[in-house]
Amino acid sequence: MEMGHTFTFAALGSQFLVGLSRAMILFIISAGMSFVLGVLRVPNVAHGSLYMIGAFSAFSISTLFGGGSIGFWLALILAPLVVALVSLIAERSLFCHLYEREHLMLLLFTFALMLILGDLVKLFWGADYRSIMAPASLRGSVSIFGSAFPRYNLFLLFIGPLVGIGLWLFSNKTKIGKIARAAAVDREMVGAIGINVSWVFAFAFVLGCFLAGLGGALVSPTVSVSIGMDHDIIMEAFLIVTIGGLGNMWGALVGSLIFGLSQAFGVLFWPQFAIVFPYIAVVIILTWRPRGMLKSVW
Amino acid sequence: MFKDAFSLKSLILPVAIFVVLLILPPIIPRFYTYILAVIFVTALLAMSLNMVVGHGGLFQFHHGAFYGVGAYTVALILTKTSLPMWVGFVAGPIMAALAGLLIGAFCVRLTRLYFGMLQISLGSLIWAIAFRWYSLTGGDDGMHGIPMPPIISSSNGAYYFSLIILAICMIVIYLIFKSPFGATLQAIRDNPDRCEAIGINVRRHQLIAIVIATFFAGIAGVLFVVVEGSVFPDLLFWVFSLEIFIMCLLGGWFTFAGPILGAAIMVSLRTFVGIYTEYWTLILGIILILLIFFLPEGVWGYVLEKFGSRPKEAIEKGSK
Repeated sequence: MEMGHTFTFAALGSQFLVGLSRAMILFIISAGMSFVLGVLRVPNVAHGSLYMIGAFSAFSISTLFGGGSIGFWLALILAPLVVALVSLIAERSLFCHLYEREHLMLLLFTFALMLILGDLVKLFWGADYRSIMAPASLRGSVSIFGSAFPRYNLFLLFIGPLVGIGLWLFSNKTKIGKIARAAAVDREMVGAIGINVSWVFAFAFVLGCFLAGLGGALVSPTVSVSIGMDHDIIMEAFLIVTIGGLGNMWGALVGSLIFGLSQAFGVLFWPQFAIVFPYIAVVIILTWRPRGMLKSVW
Repeated sequence: MFKDAFSLKSLILPVAIFVVLLILPPIIPRFYTYILAVIFVTALLAMSLNMVVGHGGLFQFHHGAFYGVGAYTVALILTKTSLPMWVGFVAGPIMAALAGLLIGAFCVRLTRLYFGMLQISLGSLIWAIAFRWYSLTGGDDGMHGIPMPPIISSSNGAYYFSLIILAICMIVIYLIFKSPFGATLQAIRDNPDRCEAIGINVRRHQLIAIVIATFFAGIAGVLFVVVEGSVFPDLLFWVFSLEIFIMCLLGGWFTFAGPILGAAIMVSLRTFVGIYTEYWTLILGIILILLIFFLPEGVWGYVLEKFGSRPKEAIEKGSK
C-alpha cells in the first residue's frame, strides 16, 4: 500500500511539472493572441498558422545549420523573426486597409489568412512529419520527485516566465507599449493626439505573431512538426484567452495554467478523454464568470 | 398572413427553379444529382445560420456543432438502436434544438465577441466528445454505411427527399422572417438598446431565434446523413462552421436567398476545383479576401442592389 501511495505521489508530481511546462508554451502563444486581441479587438484566427510556420521555419533553419546546437539556437532566434516578417507583409499589404470596417470583416480576414497560410505551408514544406533535435545540453532527463523529467521541459519552465516578464516590462515601461495599451482603450483619442494608430496596430499584430512563432519554435523539439498543428493550437489559445479575460496578459497566464494542468492530469486519470478536461474546465469557469477570470482590457 | 408574405411576382422565380429541379434527375448524370443534393443540404444549413447571423446579428460562430448533433443523433439511432427509423429523423432536429437551447442559454448572457468565443468553446466540447468516444461514435473515422429507409436510400430518393424538405423549410423560414417575431429580431439586430427600452426581452428573443435556427441546422444534419450515408467529426469542427459563415457572406448576409446562392457556389467550387488541385483551402482563402475587399454585401446582395426588384434602402439599411 505504502509503495503504491508514493508511486502515485511521484506520478502526480511529475505530471504536474509536465503540465506546467505545457502551460508555458501555451502562455507564450496565448499571450501573443491576447495582445492582438487587446489592441485590435480581433481574435487572430491565423495565430495557429503562424505558430505552425514558426515550427516549420525552426526545422528548416536548424537543418540549414547542420542540425546541431548552433542550428537549434539560431532557429529559436530566427524562426520567430521569419513569422514576424510574414505577418508584417500580410498586415501592411492587406489587413491595414480594413481597420475602418466592421469587426466581423477583420475576423473573417484572419480566417482567410489561416486558410491561405495553411496551404502555403503544405506547398512549401509538404505533408511529411518533421522533427528537430534539442541541443545536447537540453537532451536527456533529470530526476525530480523520484521520476525522470526531461531537461527540455525544465528549459521551458525557465523561458516561460522570462517571456512573461519581458512582455510585462515592454507593455508597461516602454513608450510604444504604453501607446499600444492606450490604443486598446481608446483608439480615437490616441489618434487625436497625433499618433499613427495604423502603425500601432501593425506593431501589436506583428508582436503577437512573433510570440506565436516563438511558441512554434520552442515546441518544435517536443512534437512532430506537421500540417494540422495549427488547428489544435488555435482552439486552445482561443479558449485560454476567453477564460482568462480577453486581452489580459495575466489572464492568458491563468488560462494557460488551467489548460496545461487539466490536460496533464486528465492524461493521468482518463487518457481517452484527456482532451475533454480542458473544455469542461472552460465551461465551469465561464458559467461562474462569463467574462473570464480576470478583467478584460475593454 | 400568406397573402402579405407572398406576392405573385416574387413567386415566379422560386417556383420555376423548383419545377426545373423536380424534372432534372432523370436527365442529368448521377454525379450531378448527388452534387445538387449536397447543395440542398448545405443551403438549408447556411439559411439556418443566416437566421441568427444576418437577421439576428448574433455571432453564431459554431453553427456546425448543431448540424453535427442532428447528423450524429440520427446516425446513432439508426445504427445502434432498434427504434423505428422515423424516431431518428424526428430526434435529430430535436436534439440539435436542445443543444441550441443549452448552449444558447449560456451564450445569450454575453454579447458579440464573447458570445462567439463561448459558443466556439462549448461547440468544441461536443466535437471533442464525438472525436474521442470511439466505442459510440467511431471517433475520427466516424460512422459509415448508415441504413436508410428504402424509399430514400437511392440517389434519386435522397435527392427528392432533400429537395422537398428544403422547399418546406424555406417556406417556413420565410414566414418566420415575415412574422412579427422576425421583425422584432431584426430590430434587435439594428438597435438592441432601444428594443430593451421599449420592453422587448432581447435575450429571450435571441434564445428563441437560436433554438429555431439550430432546429433547422438539425434538419440539415439529418439530410446530410440521408445524402451521404455517413457522419464524421469534421461536421462538428469549428473550421467547417466558419465555412458556413463564408457561404452566408458570399451570398449576402441581409438577403433571403443569399445563403442558398452562397452554398451553391461554395459546394460547386469545392467539387470542381477539388478535381484539379489539392489546394482548395488556398483558393477559398483568396475568394474570402476578394469578397471582404470588393463584395462585402455578397453576390446576391450586389445583384439586388444593381438590378434590384426590391427597394434599395432595405439593403442599405441592412448593411449598416
